[in-house]
Amino acid sequence: MSEILVLVDHADGAVRKTTTELLTIARSLGEPSAVFVGAGIDAARETLVAYGADTIYLLDSADLTDYLVVPQAEALAQLVDRAAPAAVLVPSTPEAREVAARVAVKTGSGLITDAVDVRAGADGGPVTTQSVFAGGYTVEASVTRGTPIIVVKPNSVTPEQSPGAGVEETVEVAVSEAARSARVVKREPRTKSGRPELTEAAIVVSGGRGTGGDFSDVEALADALGAAVGASRAAVDSGWYPHSYQVGQTGKTVSPQLYVASGISGAIQHRAGMQTAKTIVAVNKDAEAPIFELVDFGVVGDLKQVLPQATEEIIKRKG
Amino acid sequence: MKIVVCVKHVPDATAQRRFDADHTVDRAGVDGLLSELDEYAVEEALQIAAAHDGEVVVLTVGPDQAADAARKSLQMGADSAVHVVDEQLHGSDAIATSLVLAEAVRKIGDYDIVVCGMASTDGAMGVVPAMLAERLGVPQVTFAAEVSVDSGSVTARRDADLATETIEASMPLVLSVTDQINEPRYPSFKGIMGAKKKPVQTWSLADLGVDADQVGLAAAWSVVHSVAARPPRSQGVVVTDDGAGGRQLADYLAEQKFI
Ligand SMILES: Cc1cc2nc3c(=O)[nH]c(=O)nc-3n(C[C@H](O)[C@H](O)[C@H](O)COP(=O)(O)OP(=O)(O)OC[C@H]3O[C@@H](n4cnc5c(N)ncnc54)[C@H](O)[C@@H]3O)c2cc1C
Ligand SMILES: Nc1ncnc2c1ncn2[C@@H]1O[C@H](COP(=O)(O)O)[C@@H](O)[C@H]1O
Repeated sequence: MSEILVLVDHADGAVRKTTTELLTIARSLGEPSAVFVGAGIDAARETLVAYGADTIYLLDSADLTDYLVVPQAEALAQLVDRAAPAAVLVPSTPEAREVAARVAVKTGSGLITDAVDVRAGADGGPVTTQSVFAGGYTVEASVTRGTPIIVVKPNSVTPEQSPGAGVEETVEVAVSEAARSARVVKREPRTKSGRPELTEAAIVVSGGRGTGGDFSDVEALADALGAAVGASRAAVDSGWYPHSYQVGQTGKTVSPQLYVASGISGAIQHRAGMQTAKTIVAVNKDAEAPIFELVDFGVVGDLKQVLPQATEEIIKRKG
Repeated sequence: MKIVVCVKHVPDATAQRRFDADHTVDRAGVDGLLSELDEYAVEEALQIAAAHDGEVVVLTVGPDQAADAARKSLQMGADSAVHVVDEQLHGSDAIATSLVLAEAVRKIGDYDIVVCGMASTDGAMGVVPAMLAERLGVPQVTFAAEVSVDSGSVTARRDADLATETIEASMPLVLSVTDQINEPRYPSFKGIMGAKKKPVQTWSLADLGVDADQVGLAAAWSVVHSVAARPPRSQGVVVTDDGAGGRQLADYLAEQKFI
């Protein structure tokens, strides 16, 4: 069986759900090897092994975290040359995408982004399904040169456990002087909301301009459903909600089981970030709003009435 | 200071975008425009140039129509433009596009900053700036939401997933900017008239010394097997709130086992 490298997405060892998804996909293609960059392996080990990592490559050097993208790309390219994997799977964060882009150029390999499915093709090599044009089309593609480098969107598969061997290997990374060219001089961690992470959440409740700036009804419904909160760009640009919660083309792409859009018209740029949700619900006082073209269930009405009533009802039913 | 800004001509996202028989994006049959996300790059280049006595050169790679994207950037205030156009470029992937951009930037020469958008609105890969920096061998400062330029260096704020980061790098470098960074200007009447007199150079692959077999569909490092329009979502039930809309919503969510 051939080796499949998975670039681990983690925050100080807290492994993000996308990584367990990538390991699950990797098992269907070959033998997963987790590439763990930075500190925190003690916190991460159990999850990586549970989801099938046969090998864990440990790359820990200050260079990899003090400088963005470039040292990681150098290290990963060195590992690709050495391990000669059948594919490299990378999570769809802006930083990991850029690492993937540079590894593709360095190793002379084809790059596929926005994959929502990866499976073994007739020759055993990976074939991907991508969602393109704001989710309006699906495209099947494969890499024809070098090592397939594939960026996979969150929520593409349901992660399944199946323990791997978990053999650890520390990899010495040789980072060039040139890679130390853009230094991170300050990092201010984001304050946590206590709600599920937007891109990982099974349910997302979003608010737009129609909230008029008051997100309390949106948040209350989200909490009743155990959901993450999202926002349209209009709401973010108005300063009503932080940018890191924006859903859409220039915000996050979400693919939850349920997406509730409240006071959001459904512009193409917003749809680009939520169109692949399994179930879509909208509350909007304008019956002509384009969002209703997408919905499984819609309520034409004032969100200030509809959301609190729904919230109260949900809490009542949950007992 | 010399600033090169890379802009892409893309099919209008609000039109019916589609693919050609060879699975490449239909760029002729759908109205195109300057990628909206590249307007932020042009605006930032103009602001940096204004503050540092700089000049702005627009660079676009694409078919004949791509000249429109260059023209709009000139109307916004850029000083000159370079349009790389060549039959052989049809079907190029990001890898090839970044190669052509890199050679064009080298030929423009003496640059301090190359500014890009955060992503194109058609391919939306968000990878070309990193590839370009890789090929040019200069620092990358990407997804900047705020930028300040000092003598010889650039400081940027980026809103990453887990933290807000401040990055510092020295010039020359590649910078990409998000739609949070500024408010792109509209071309003024004077700008529109003035753009007609600004120099536009048209370069072929031969002018750049790029071999035709390194670009285009045949040279792409990945291949598209099939393309399918996503079946339109069939509209479900839409009710009008008559005082019980919230309860009806809760009913639906319970039916679907979300509660
Ligand atoms: C390059 C580019 C990138 C973009 N990226 C994004 C992106 O990532 N994400 C994004 O969201 N947008 C993005 N946009 C913006 C997008 O085009 C829309 O402008 C934006 O999505 C509109 O947000 P909205 O639906 O909240 O506001 P509006 O379009 O103003 O809609 C508000 C809706 O609320 C309804 N409403 C008002 N009051 C009430 C009430 N009391 N109860 C119920 N309903 C009410 C109205 O009927 C209306 O339908 C982008 C645009 C561009 C050009
Ligand atoms: N054909 C092109 N011509 C000029 N610039 C481009 C081209 N393609 C991409 N770019 C630049 O690279 C950025 C990111 O593009 P992409 O990686 O395709 O999403 C764009 O915002 C542009 O600044």
